[in-house]
Amino acid sequence: MSTSELVNHRPGRSYLLSAVAIVSSIVVFVIPFAFIALTAVKDRQQSADLDFAWPNQFQVVQNFIDVVKARDYMLVIAFINSTILTVASVAGMVVLAAMAGFVLQRRKSRWNPFINFLVLSGLIIPPAVVPTIWVLQRLGLFRTMPGLILIEIAFGLSFCILLFRAFVSTIPRELDEAAIIDGAGPLRLFFGVIFPLLRSVIITVIVVQSVAVFNDFVNPLYFLPGDQNATVQLTLYNFQSQFSTQYNLLFMNILLITIPPLIMFLFFNRKIVAGMTSGAIKG
Amino acid sequence: MTITSARPKSRSESNPAAPAAGRRFYTPYSFWFYLPTAVIYAVLFLIPTFASFYYSLTRWTLFDSNFIGFDNFVMFFQEPALVKGFTNTLVFAVVTSGSKVVLGLLLAVLLTSRIVGRSYLRSVVFFPVLVSTIGVGLTFQVLMNPERGLINGALGVIGIDGPGWLTDPSWALMSLALVDVWKGVGLATLIYIAGIVSIPREYMEAARVDGAGAWDSFWRIVLPLSRPATVTVIILSLIGGLRSFELIWAMTRGGPGFTSDVISSVIYKQYQAGFYGLSTAGNVILFLVVTLIVLPLNWFLNRKEVNL
Repeated sequence: MSTSELVNHRPGRSYLLSAVAIVSSIVVFVIPFAFIALTAVKDRQQSADLDFAWPNQFQVVQNFIDVVKARDYMLVIAFINSTILTVASVAGMVVLAAMAGFVLQRRKSRWNPFINFLVLSGLIIPPAVVPTIWVLQRLGLFRTMPGLILIEIAFGLSFCILLFRAFVSTIPRELDEAAIIDGAGPLRLFFGVIFPLLRSVIITVIVVQSVAVFNDFVNPLYFLPGDQNATVQLTLYNFQSQFSTQYNLLFMNILLITIPPLIMFLFFNRKIVAGMTSGAIKG
Repeated sequence: MTITSARPKSRSESNPAAPAAGRRFYTPYSFWFYLPTAVIYAVLFLIPTFASFYYSLTRWTLFDSNFIGFDNFVMFFQEPALVKGFTNTLVFAVVTSGSKVVLGLLLAVLLTSRIVGRSYLRSVVFFPVLVSTIGVGLTFQVLMNPERGLINGALGVIGIDGPGWLTDPSWALMSLALVDVWKGVGLATLIYIAGIVSIPREYMEAARVDGAGAWDSFWRIVLPLSRPATVTVIILSLIGGLRSFELIWAMTRGGPGFTSDVISSVIYKQYQAGFYGLSTAGNVILFLVVTLIVLPLNWFLNRKEVNL
């Protein structure tokens, strides 16, 4: 990525351009995040001004305790729920989509065009909400965590299958043949040989999908209503009316639930970009 | 990277059909691998999608349904508030998608050039992509507060009297589009960076030798050769824009009045009010809108690419 200068500017102009870019990036992108952080540590009265002033006093601990305790520790329950939801559905997506993408890429059959069509339609078609609720109710999975996990898997599969299919095409077939000659059956071939080789794209899928599932608001809103089942995004929604005069707590909540994606980002920043460049765009 | 050869016998014994049937018929790429995916996908995605076509024609309580023909659709297109949602969806999708293409390309060119603080800039532009839409929506709801908000405060300093971004009916939808672009432009930029980086350096060098300036290289090399990235950005952001719900629900709930309602928020409102048939009809309309716009566009854009 570091050798990608394409448009060469003369040095003088480049410095001016850099200065303009950095200043505008601060105004446009940094200030809103600084505003979240500053408001989150103000006291109730000062946070109501909604301005960009430096906090008179830092109430970090008090705001943190208040927001965690609100509504009988709803935020703690929500963090547990969101963690379960994210881990389970992303794990499901990775394994199932890798299996499907592998066979879809390797096995030439007359069903392939049809399967490809189904995969693509999963990306394009907006899910039909109420009929999905109806199906979940029939299965006894409406308002349950397993139901929501299956929903997230179903809606996320298409994107993952496309990534895995593109990546499997870069793994030489000779490897499969060698494994088969050594006596590996389908399961051993896949989980013993292929799956470990998919590591880089698995990381991309995990990062992208766990951020997506963790940040998801629509599906929990429809398929897992109720305070006891709240996910972290729903706490924001539920706190909004209660905290409409307590912006410090509202923003402390925003800050807290932004931390997990932030950590993901800091750890995998380069990998996200690399994964996107290798898989998503050329695939 | 060693291929396991520890127990070559055990597998072929447990799978006697494979050698018996002969190499020609044996395939290690078993159809069974599709099974779990197929079941989940069929039950939770395909069946509801097909059921929606039927239930959109009914008055429906989830327990029993009354076939009423196209009444739901007639009602949808007769109710001014619902039609507003329909046109708003199109406007919102086109505005956000167009802005993301232009801004994403410009930012990507900037961020692949020799610029100080490049990796900082890339991170800061991409970061909003990772923050939850609800969090972004609530933050900008506060920043866009007409009297006390930071944006109008800053505009006031330079003598501009900012509008009521979310409270003025003529501004609400555009303010939402603005925030959507703010949040999503990082992804467009990333896709364009990937596209620009994969352009062979020789092209740029050859152009420079021929005396092309930065402007010429941009129009004649970068822009045409990042066409696949453009197609990806257009399609992704159109689909996202047509389906968008979270941001609008967090910031305005479709208000003031129905001026920022989109199809997805209409669907949710009708669902909340218990009009399941009407809500499902909204879903079918959204399905048709997305399909009728995205599929021909995708076909058209990719066809042109082959001819290039």
